[in-house]
Amino acid sequence: MSPPPLGVGEDEGHSNAMLLASLASLESICRNGSDLKEHNYLGLSDCSSVDSSNISITSEDDSGRGLNLKATELRLGIPGSRSPERNSEPCPLNSVKLDEKLLFPLCPMKTVVTGNKRGFSDAMDGYTEGKDISTLEVNLIPSPRPSVNSNVKVGSAKENPATQPAKMKEAMSQNAVEEIPHTKSENILNHVNRANNEKSAPATKAQVVGWPPIKQFRKSTLASASKNTEEVDGKTSGTALFVKVSMDGAPYLRKVDLKTYSAYQELSSSLEKMFSGFTINQYASHGVPSKEMLVESKLNNLLRGSEYVLTYEDKDGDWMLVGDVPWEMFITTCKRLRIMKSSDAIGLAPRAVEKMSRQKIAT
Amino acid sequence: MDPKLKKTKDSSSNSANSPDSTHSSFPFPDEVLERVLSLLHSHKDRSSVSLVCKDWYNAERWTRTKLFIGNCYSVSPEIVARRFPRIKSVTLKGKPRFSDFNLVPQYWGADVHSWLVMFAKVYPFLEELRLKRMTLSDESLKFLATSFPGFKALSLLSCDGFSTDGLKAIATHCKNLTELDIQENGIDDFGGGWLSCFSENCSSLEVLNFASLSSDVSFDALEKLVRRCKSLRILKVNKSISLDQLQQLLVQAPQLIELGTGSFQQELTPRQYEDLETAFSKCKNLQTLSGLWEATSLHLPVLYAACASLTFLNLSYATLRSDELAKLVAHSPNLRRLWVLDTVEDKGLETVGSSCPLLEELRVYPADPFELDLHHGVTEAGFLAVSHGCRKLHYVLYFCRQMTNAAVATIVQNCPDFTHFRLCIMNPGEPDYLTNEPMDEAFGAVVKTCTNLQRLAVSGLLTDLTFEYIGRYAKNLETLSVAFAGSSDRGMQCVLQGCPKLRKLEIRDSPFGNAALLSGVEKYETMRSLWMSACNVTMSACRLLAKDMPRLNVEVMRDEGSDDRQADKVYVYRSVAGPRRDAPPFVLTL
Repeated sequence: MSPPPLGVGEDEGHSNAMLLASLASLESICRNGSDLKEHNYLGLSDCSSVDSSNISITSEDDSGRGLNLKATELRLGIPGSRSPERNSEPCPLNSVKLDEKLLFPLCPMKTVVTGNKRGFSDAMDGYTEGKDISTLEVNLIPSPRPSVNSNVKVGSAKENPATQPAKMKEAMSQNAVEEIPHTKSENILNHVNRANNEKSAPATKAQVVGWPPIKQFRKSTLASASKNTEEVDGKTSGTALFVKVSMDGAPYLRKVDLKTYSAYQELSSSLEKMFSGFTINQYASHGVPSKEMLVESKLNNLLRGSEYVLTYEDKDGDWMLVGDVPWEMFITTCKRLRIMKSSDAIGLAPRAVEKMSRQKIAT
Repeated sequence: MDPKLKKTKDSSSNSANSPDSTHSSFPFPDEVLERVLSLLHSHKDRSSVSLVCKDWYNAERWTRTKLFIGNCYSVSPEIVARRFPRIKSVTLKGKPRFSDFNLVPQYWGADVHSWLVMFAKVYPFLEELRLKRMTLSDESLKFLATSFPGFKALSLLSCDGFSTDGLKAIATHCKNLTELDIQENGIDDFGGGWLSCFSENCSSLEVLNFASLSSDVSFDALEKLVRRCKSLRILKVNKSISLDQLQQLLVQAPQLIELGTGSFQQELTPRQYEDLETAFSKCKNLQTLSGLWEATSLHLPVLYAACASLTFLNLSYATLRSDELAKLVAHSPNLRRLWVLDTVEDKGLETVGSSCPLLEELRVYPADPFELDLHHGVTEAGFLAVSHGCRKLHYVLYFCRQMTNAAVATIVQNCPDFTHFRLCIMNPGEPDYLTNEPMDEAFGAVVKTCTNLQRLAVSGLLTDLTFEYIGRYAKNLETLSVAFAGSSDRGMQCVLQGCPKLRKLEIRDSPFGNAALLSGVEKYETMRSLWMSACNVTMSACRLLAKDMPRLNVEVMRDEGSDDRQADKVYVYRSVAGPRRDAPPFVLTL
């Protein structure tokens, strides 16, 4: 058994132990059916944990839960057989995925580059070294295909792709082995190894289920909070994009920084709040059944229910209806905003209503 | 069952006994005893009282109005209904604490409905229901709202299974509602329409907390509600409420004692800013402040006027920098409790140490728990700084990435009165970063010095020595949380044999096996519960435990694809209700 390559230190081995430890409890996550979207180890909201923690489940599990776990199953496929489901997984800000895709071309055997791979081979290393540990049991999910259960983690983005083929090969050969060391025995091994080694930079860190022990609500709230801080920081560090906002009938204009928003919906709610003193539209949601409808109807209400239409002046000096173009394009072309009375926007208004009902508001 | 009839029956049997009994029968009539006992509120005291003698047992059960059940499966609704005839307030806790961290599968249980059905029959005048980690459906909420005409207070903490539709039922039907407290639940949010369901006549609200709900509520409805509820003392709104809206609310409710703001970021005109500042300065009774989402140094100054009276400041959702925190705590000399994010860093904690001499509780949460970079967050330096300045500190929850044994030893020397010490070094199995040794001595220092320690959560690289220390010194320890720690069965054995007051033991990913599990056979009936997951326990040991101790429920959950012999998740708890009848298929009761 070859020792782990340089740079892929004990930290990773240790972290992989965590990975394996997490697998044991990952099922509990996968069982959490509709709540999947809340269980997000990357700290990203709206990102299914199943996206970030891909795991292959045996068919028995699929039956009871109605989870589309097959879609998230990672497979060591034949070269060139990239699993199509991967691309459709709607994980917004997942740099790990990007790195995976980057790494694919380098590997003859398509696989997810994660700590788990090494963990497996490290585990094998540990297994042969730690023969005194009698009860080493499989904790990975055996599956008919040569797939490896793994968690895609932020840390893995930092891995050196070159080391992967070697590790992968080892792991592949180990795959056939039935016995996999039990998680905590790995912990022990890794503790022992850890104590003996210098601490290397924690380049990759596997995320263990339920660790650190922070309540789900707090995790998802902080995820959105950090997103906002990034936006705020972006405002100061990058160029701010202030545009004037005028509203028909209001005594003074306002300015907004378009860079602080990432979608039309945010802009519209922000404007709403800003001009709440002036609009007659005190937006009230009364039993709107679903979240998606809520988003659309909010924009509609601002534009429709309160007799106002949101327009902008573009680089050419034309007054356009807000919402037609993708957000990114919008902020590059928008020079100023105007909240126009629908009666003034006669030419626009019918189209506005029509457009609103047709288009999808980007969120 | 006619209460009067039952009572006379009891007292006659008692009087028959009184000549024979020596000092166990009181020379006072039942009525006097009941009068006295009705002054007892602590359920622990009441428990003790009920064990004195039969008279006292009966007097106690007739006078108990508040029910506290720490583990909903330890007793059944029927047993409770038989014993306590006059309950007005119920507190029920369900799932094991590790369910907060996704270690317990969904549909595990702790459904409140069967309890509600029993309560409707036996306690039609129920006024308060407080649930923690229970499952309840919208139907249950509707049932609750319509079955108890005098219902006043509902508090749901970390519960799941319901949606905002259930809240609609509560708002609509509970005419005398004084408290609606919804915290951190895993629920479906279908919109804020529930708030508009409060009738125009409802003016009794004293507590309204919907901070953890995400969707917009009708501000108009909220404002009117706040205006007519003159007794409102706790108001915690959600993120959808903007700053200028907050100002309008504060103007209506300057009597608030606890306030949770909405989003704290908004472009305000100078006039609006001034108004907000004025509104805060008028809140003379404010003791608790929370919310403050997206707060920045731009708007924090509006709070300064209200900070003087603050005793609890919850900044755990505000990503403040050290300078922002510094200014805030400089205005808050009376702080007793402070919750922050680790974005304030050690520097921020230093200012806490120098500005808040009365501080008793500090919680530092990680802003980015999965961040690998060691240059963010707090270290041992911050904790040390607080311990130097805040000698009254007795509760700490501290998430950090590095710690040293020496620092912890100094910290507990500075603050020997710790009752709750929860240290989470976020990288599992992390040693002392200076000496590379295990963190055994740190926790050894904690248990040796802090003799009043009730709750301990350990982390970092730990050997059995830590647990030897705990077993030897932590004589008042009631709750112990262990993760990725220990070297052998001996560790757990030391704790089970050494801590006389241990009630809750929760362990994950630690090398404790069958010998450890079985060493506590005598102990578990004195405890509320034991949780062991991803340890070294096998099914055979669990079966043995179940066989030997019929009054313990031994439940095992196995992970998919794991060995048949392995008991991946073990939950052991005492119960007078026998095995669960509602266990889902993945919970094996042995």
